[in-house]
Amino acid sequence: MTPLLKVENLKKNYGTQIGCSGISFNLHPGEVMGIVGESGSGKSTLLNCLAGHLQPDEGSVFYNTKTDGLVDTILMNEPDRRMLGRTDWAFVHQNPRDGLRMSISAGGNVGERLMAVGERHYGHIRENALSWIDQVEISTDRIDDRPSTFSGGMQQRLQIARNLVTGPRLVFMDEPTGGLDVSVQARLLDLLRNLVIKMNLSAIIVTHDLAVVRLLADRLMVMKSGHVIESGLTDQVLDDPQHAYTQLLVSSVLQV
Amino acid sequence: MDYNFAYLDEQTKRMIRRAILKGLAIPGYQVPFSSREMPMPYGWGTGGVQVSASILTPEDRLKVIDQGADDTTNAVSIRKFFEKTANIPTTENTEEATVIQTRHRIPEQPLMDSQILVYQVPIPEPLRFLEPRESETRKMHALQEYGLMHVKLYEDISINGAIATSYAYPVKVEDRYVMDPSPIPKFDNPKMEMEAVQLFGAGREQRIYALPPFTKVRSLDFEDYPFEPSKADYKCNLCGSDSSYLDEVIIDDKGGRMFVCSDTDYCQKMIAKHGEVSKPDDQRELP
Repeated sequence: MTPLLKVENLKKNYGTQIGCSGISFNLHPGEVMGIVGESGSGKSTLLNCLAGHLQPDEGSVFYNTKTDGLVDTILMNEPDRRMLGRTDWAFVHQNPRDGLRMSISAGGNVGERLMAVGERHYGHIRENALSWIDQVEISTDRIDDRPSTFSGGMQQRLQIARNLVTGPRLVFMDEPTGGLDVSVQARLLDLLRNLVIKMNLSAIIVTHDLAVVRLLADRLMVMKSGHVIESGLTDQVLDDPQHAYTQLLVSSVLQV
Repeated sequence: MDYNFAYLDEQTKRMIRRAILKGLAIPGYQVPFSSREMPMPYGWGTGGVQVSASILTPEDRLKVIDQGADDTTNAVSIRKFFEKTANIPTTENTEEATVIQTRHRIPEQPLMDSQILVYQVPIPEPLRFLEPRESETRKMHALQEYGLMHVKLYEDISINGAIATSYAYPVKVEDRYVMDPSPIPKFDNPKMEMEAVQLFGAGREQRIYALPPFTKVRSLDFEDYPFEPSKADYKCNLCGSDSSYLDEVIIDDKGGRMFVCSDTDYCQKMIAKHGEVSKPDDQRELP
């Protein structure tokens, strides 16, 4: 089976500092991959390189496009990559303020991606926005309110709605539950898990929270100092960590 | 002291003419130019004045309007400025003028191919209030990513039930560039497909853009909320015209008001033709 995303020997340095190095993996359709590691381990650098926000120094990122099959997104021209970024891909930021337009109503935020791909019928946009706001468990009568009046959890759910409205196939998530309290986290994770299954999404989730990957991810990569030190099935890695750092990471989780 | 013809030195005028030519070659594209200090404050039409100064010849006849009127401070000052620095004749008659500098209106009288309309533009970037980063808006123009412009119209409809943007209504030029038509009322938008050349100058923002004659200019809208040029539903209280764009004028402190043509030259011509309206109050009989 052709992988959806095929990463080969990806490397990004910040001057002499290593951002991430020697990263290779395949992501198959419908698969959720977790990337864990401590702060500064290169998780976000890797994610930004994959999503086209950063230009890597070496390596290639092949994406299985609907029309042309596997295409190297790094060599792709910019208009095509940006088009991919708002149709086939989605990017959920850790801070919803980075992913939302705070001065535009919730409906406008969800509708923006539709309008960006050429939808020009207000009624359809409105209908779609209402249905998505409902799907992410926000009351539909809040559609004309600005995200600045929403709670953190609602903002994050709105960001997810805004990203999924164009029916992407691959979702990049950068600490989607960071900054939320545990009960809101649980609700968000539950929502994400349902959406991933329902829409048959592939996803790459960067997090430092092992509970998040345990719940969502099929496979796991553990990063340290810019390198992948261990990878495998999530349960396998978490239940039987082989690398010393992974063992430390797993044993550092606080038990209640 | 003698001024160089039309105030600016010849090198500056050449530089501005090059920007104008580039603008005409790429309709709707904002051409950067090195705007000069002019002897008037920003917001008074420094961009328009520089464009006018660069295209004026000693044979030209200049008309300046401000919101359609020939007799307001801005229009009078700019007219005097060119009388003094270029020593050219000026006029209030739309037909007679070869160059018309305008602030926020297009004259009611259709313009001819022998005329040039120069707009004063405060903010040339239509995406500015949606995306404040200039680097990003330039990229959006380059890649034709204009979905964001419709977000503004969406917000209008969701809040007001209709597209409430009534001036500076965004247009798409030749199916390519989205352009801010300067703050003209949207009533004037359909008139932009005209015989005359239209030049837009933004002094503070250092941008010039242009529309050659008969350029396709479409106002953005939704399929189910089409663009509607709108005006006050009254007749002019002076000349009785029901087709021209009207200003609402408060006339006392008891709620009294009247509607008059914003285009003073057009209004006076209508009065000369048909006489003044006798009953000033009959305006309110209209729906």
